[in-house]
Amino acid sequence: MQTRRAGTDIALIAAFAALIAVCALLPALSVGTPVPITLQTFAVLLSGAVLGMRRGFLAVLLYVVAGAAGLPVFSGGAAGLAVLTGPSAGYLVGFPLAAALCGFIVERLPRRSLVSVPAIFAAGLFSSAVCIHTLGMAGLVLRADLTWAQAFDVDKIFWIGDIIKNVAMALVATAVHRAFPDLLGRPTRADSTQEQPEGTLAT
Amino acid sequence: MNADLLGIHRPGDTFLHRQRAGTKLLALMLASVVVVVASGPMSAVVFVIAAAALLVWSGARLGVTLRAMRGLLVMAAVLGAWTAWQSGWPRSVEVVGDLVALVLLATTLTVTTPVDEVMDAVVHGLRPFRRLGVDPESVGLAFSLMLRAIPSTLSLAAEARDAAVARGLERSPRARLTPLVIRVVARARETGDALHARGVGD
Amino acid sequence: MSAISLEQVTVRFPTHDGDVPVLHETSLSLTEQRIALVGPNGSGKSTLARLLNGLVTPTTGRVLVDGLDVARSGREVRRRVGFVFTDPAAQLVMPTAREDVALSLRRTHRDKVDRLAAADAVLADFGLAGFGDRSVHGLSGGERQLLALAGVLATAPSVLVADEPTTLLDLGNSRRIGDLLLALPQQLVLVTHDLELAARCDRALLVRNGRIEHDGAAEDVVSSYRATA
Repeated sequence: MQTRRAGTDIALIAAFAALIAVCALLPALSVGTPVPITLQTFAVLLSGAVLGMRRGFLAVLLYVVAGAAGLPVFSGGAAGLAVLTGPSAGYLVGFPLAAALCGFIVERLPRRSLVSVPAIFAAGLFSSAVCIHTLGMAGLVLRADLTWAQAFDVDKIFWIGDIIKNVAMALVATAVHRAFPDLLGRPTRADSTQEQPEGTLAT
Repeated sequence: MNADLLGIHRPGDTFLHRQRAGTKLLALMLASVVVVVASGPMSAVVFVIAAAALLVWSGARLGVTLRAMRGLLVMAAVLGAWTAWQSGWPRSVEVVGDLVALVLLATTLTVTTPVDEVMDAVVHGLRPFRRLGVDPESVGLAFSLMLRAIPSTLSLAAEARDAAVARGLERSPRARLTPLVIRVVARARETGDALHARGVGD
Repeated sequence: MSAISLEQVTVRFPTHDGDVPVLHETSLSLTEQRIALVGPNGSGKSTLARLLNGLVTPTTGRVLVDGLDVARSGREVRRRVGFVFTDPAAQLVMPTAREDVALSLRRTHRDKVDRLAAADAVLADFGLAGFGDRSVHGLSGGERQLLALAGVLATAPSVLVADEPTTLLDLGNSRRIGDLLLALPQQLVLVTHDLELAARCDRALLVRNGRIEHDGAAEDVVSSYRATA
């Protein structure tokens, strides 16, 4: 068994920050809302579900800081601190926290059994509601002068997309944990009996 | 560096370009406090004019800058119309003015400062946190690794898409996303091995 | 010349079916200048190579480099033993060629400007002058492997371990990198499927099913591998 290495942790954190950037930049669903819908939040929650609380939080934080520093990695190629001063800033601030919460929950779930997909889906949706949507609405209230009720009306637009993205996130996260059983350190013994002999890419 | 990743930074030699990134970051933080604290439509208009003047002085390329700010400007316009309807023009000017002023100031910083200088300033600013277990050099390294990983992740995404299309699975997000993420993890672990072999993190 | 020795080393990896041994009680002493490791895929030769700088730690037994236990003094050992991987794309970690070499020089050159200048000098030594600002992503396969070598040799290790360094290269680049490796002043441990290259070493080991099946003069080992493969 390999012990966890600092170099591997840094590489995984950077790789997922890059993955979020790529997901935010790939062509997106356009629904004509002020906050564009992309695979960005898919990748944010996936970082938590795959890397766990600490590394997931740091990966998303790195993404947000790099974007704020001027790297054009936010949705639509936006960049700079300007984005963090705008009305949608609350959503960005919520991202690292959502990844951390999602990671915290997934670290405690069976990750390679049949119940993994719904369990990870629920963890993603819960984290997204608690962190991204709440802080996103708070941002709209503070920076766009909306009332909470109005902010809620705006926020509702993202829900359907969110559910779809969390389904994809749970499917992908489960596949990744099957392929790399040691990714979250302590694979739970309980679910090893239900394990399917699939996708052992680990070399 | 990949040309796409240069963003809206524009090399130059104005007074603003010559200031240190840390100085500019601090100035921006101070300015945002002033803008938020000062109330009334008049001050908002003054802030917007001042910020726009700074941005022009910095030599920003109009086209590129507008494209990067497009989302925010649309949002500001919608917000302005809506606030005017709900609370009247003075309030609308104040809300939108403050917002646009901050966006322009922050954009000025981005235009006059290369990303790596901002990151160097961030790494430098993290030094006092070393006691709390934050390693500033790891932050700098992680940022460089991320820069390196973006173009190769884009290639991996294109390969995953081609493979899905070749198998007739182009409409399945799962067929496109799962191989991509698995390869991202595998690649990151190889990179971790390479970092380890080169003594990084020892 | 460094002295590398393995004492009763066994390596097991945990898998779904329990622990699978990939190297059985192997004892070796490596003192020759150029040593080749050959054998089929999955034979354990990469694991053997990875033991030498602590990328893999022995389950039992120990690995010594210049008398240093790799498991205990990993940091000191990695300063002496450089490692080149098959896929340079995974090994090159920084955005530009200059920054990547500079990463290796962190320890010896504290000052950033100093370090980047030193990195340019290393690039020039490897025929990569003018590549400093090039994106690593945009380099050709041969250029990438050359840069990976430059990054590793920049710190002047006394041993270089190379795990199939020419496998992904075309014929011309593979020959170029192979010649460069064999001409190095460093001690070289080379894992390869290129039997012509292996035959030019001073000693070769044939690894099969986690055991050293044949050990001796490179040409003899290569011809016995050709006969049994």
